[in-house]
Amino acid sequence: MGHWSRAVWVLGLVALALFPVVVTSPAYVAIGVFTLIYMACASSWNMFSGYTGYIALGSAVSYGVGAYTMALVSIHANMAPGAAMFWLVPLGGLVASLVALPIGAIALRVRRHTFVVITIAIFFVFQLTAINAGFTGSTSGLILPFISWNESYYNVPFYYVALGLVIFATILSALVRRSRFGLQMLAIRDDEDRALGLGVRTTSVKLTGFALAQFTIGMAGALYAMFVGQIFPQFVFDPLFDVSIALMAFLGGLGTLAGPLLGALILESFQQWLTLTFSNSSLYLILFGALFLLVILFMPQGIVVFIRDRVTRRAAREKAAVAAAETTLAGSRA
Amino acid sequence: MSGSALTYAIIDGVLTGSVYALMATGLTLIFGVMDIINIAQGIFVVLGAYLSYEIQLHWGIDPFVGLLITIPTLFVVGIVVERAFMSRLKGPEKTAMSILVTYAVSLLIEGSLNMIFSVNDVQINAWYVNRSFKLFGVYFAYIYVFGFILAVVLLTALWALLYRTRFGASVRASLADQTAAALIGINVRRVATICFGIGTAVTAAGGMVFGATNAFNASSSYDLISRLLTIIVLGGMGSLGGALVASIGMVMLEDVVGVVWSPVWSTMTFFIVLVIVLSLRPQGLFGKQLARTA
Repeated sequence: MGHWSRAVWVLGLVALALFPVVVTSPAYVAIGVFTLIYMACASSWNMFSGYTGYIALGSAVSYGVGAYTMALVSIHANMAPGAAMFWLVPLGGLVASLVALPIGAIALRVRRHTFVVITIAIFFVFQLTAINAGFTGSTSGLILPFISWNESYYNVPFYYVALGLVIFATILSALVRRSRFGLQMLAIRDDEDRALGLGVRTTSVKLTGFALAQFTIGMAGALYAMFVGQIFPQFVFDPLFDVSIALMAFLGGLGTLAGPLLGALILESFQQWLTLTFSNSSLYLILFGALFLLVILFMPQGIVVFIRDRVTRRAAREKAAVAAAETTLAGSRA
Repeated sequence: MSGSALTYAIIDGVLTGSVYALMATGLTLIFGVMDIINIAQGIFVVLGAYLSYEIQLHWGIDPFVGLLITIPTLFVVGIVVERAFMSRLKGPEKTAMSILVTYAVSLLIEGSLNMIFSVNDVQINAWYVNRSFKLFGVYFAYIYVFGFILAVVLLTALWALLYRTRFGASVRASLADQTAAALIGINVRRVATICFGIGTAVTAAGGMVFGATNAFNASSSYDLISRLLTIIVLGGMGSLGGALVASIGMVMLEDVVGVVWSPVWSTMTFFIVLVIVLSLRPQGLFGKQLARTA
């Protein structure tokens, strides 16, 4: 990691940590919470789909499972509303990972583009079950224990827990990327048959990566449920969630560490701001679709790779210019 | 289960299933020739339905006659989308990228439709939607039969185009092997563009029937695309016959489950059957066995 990129990471972290201190308006801190939740999800999604090339469009299953774990446990265990409920966040992640194991075992048997379709199909199985089953409260949803924190700082604890999830997801992604396991996932992305031939246990690597990625997404779902206080099947199992985090990762740069974080930061804060200002979700759909098409057309590698290429190219050009100048100088001296 | 309920399930499976077959054929054709999964197929169906609805509302043109306008319109929409976005997708991630790009196209159209028509449900209305007749002891609205006839006519026309013309031979060659087709002088790019146009144009007809048999709004596209994807994966992606068999089979099964068990769970059968079939036969019912990474 170069000095510059390390400085950018540190600056980014400091800016995120100071945000609720500087911007105290509860409405904006709430936008911050949602944005951080999406950043954690996009980063975690990228850790499987970006590294292996298996595009999963059913992540809302994990998000919903996490949210329902939080809701059902806190309601049925009669938990005292308050900070203790944060302990259910990792539990939500764990349950999401466990649920992901049988799903992955079925979905990962098929070829890459069929995998996309089957993840969508499994998503609909979960969504329809949640809408029709009794224990989920069906369309009227579930109300979580009411947390009576003061309105002016209600959002702040959620903000820092969400920031913790982002840091967790990023560090996990970075560690996996450098590990032997991460290299095996990249090998699967580049040529699965060859990876298998070279002794990578492709099935277990894919399944482990898939289940691991669902952990953070499940935690994010649990945190979301606790934050909003009431959940509905159609909002926690939302097809737009699936495609949103995929688009965020693509926008920022698929397979990169910073890309999904940046993509989520831009898109989610933009959406929240738009909803707050215009309360018009149709306009968001149009802008979202148009923005993504522009990115595909003008920088298909994503923002991070686009900028990195520009920087390296400029550095190369400067180096070449210096070298040329030195040659000219040497020539004139001779 | 009463006999008439089973009769209903079978007849509806054939009648409604053939309309789904028409829409799914467009989707599987696009995949077979271009390796593109067109998520926007669902919103194209809704777009077709809205066009028929508006033409009838403002100009008083019967939706079936209106197809003379809506089919060419959606053909042009397809060509434009293909030229503008699909033709720029290249490389090993092409299929995955196509899913996201067509999803973005779909969101763009969904947002626009919501703004123009609001999110309130509408339904195409005509005498054949309201009047029904008895078929083997079960009542059906005329639209189901008219829609079936329309689907059969268009599927036959499509079959004739693919199997009886020179252009069709180029399409089938591209379906079988794109590289080999290019090597014997077929302009695969042009074939792909026209196929995308045809694949989109059939949604005008499918959408008209869908809009007359269901109340719809822009978000109906999610339900449609998930069904259509399930159908083409079940039938084997790129297999035209597979799409037909899977469409009729799935609608029939959904109806049977709806009668025997509960309509609430009948939609789920779609996805559960898909999951079961794919765990036994990853390439689908009629799919070609391909390399895993292909």
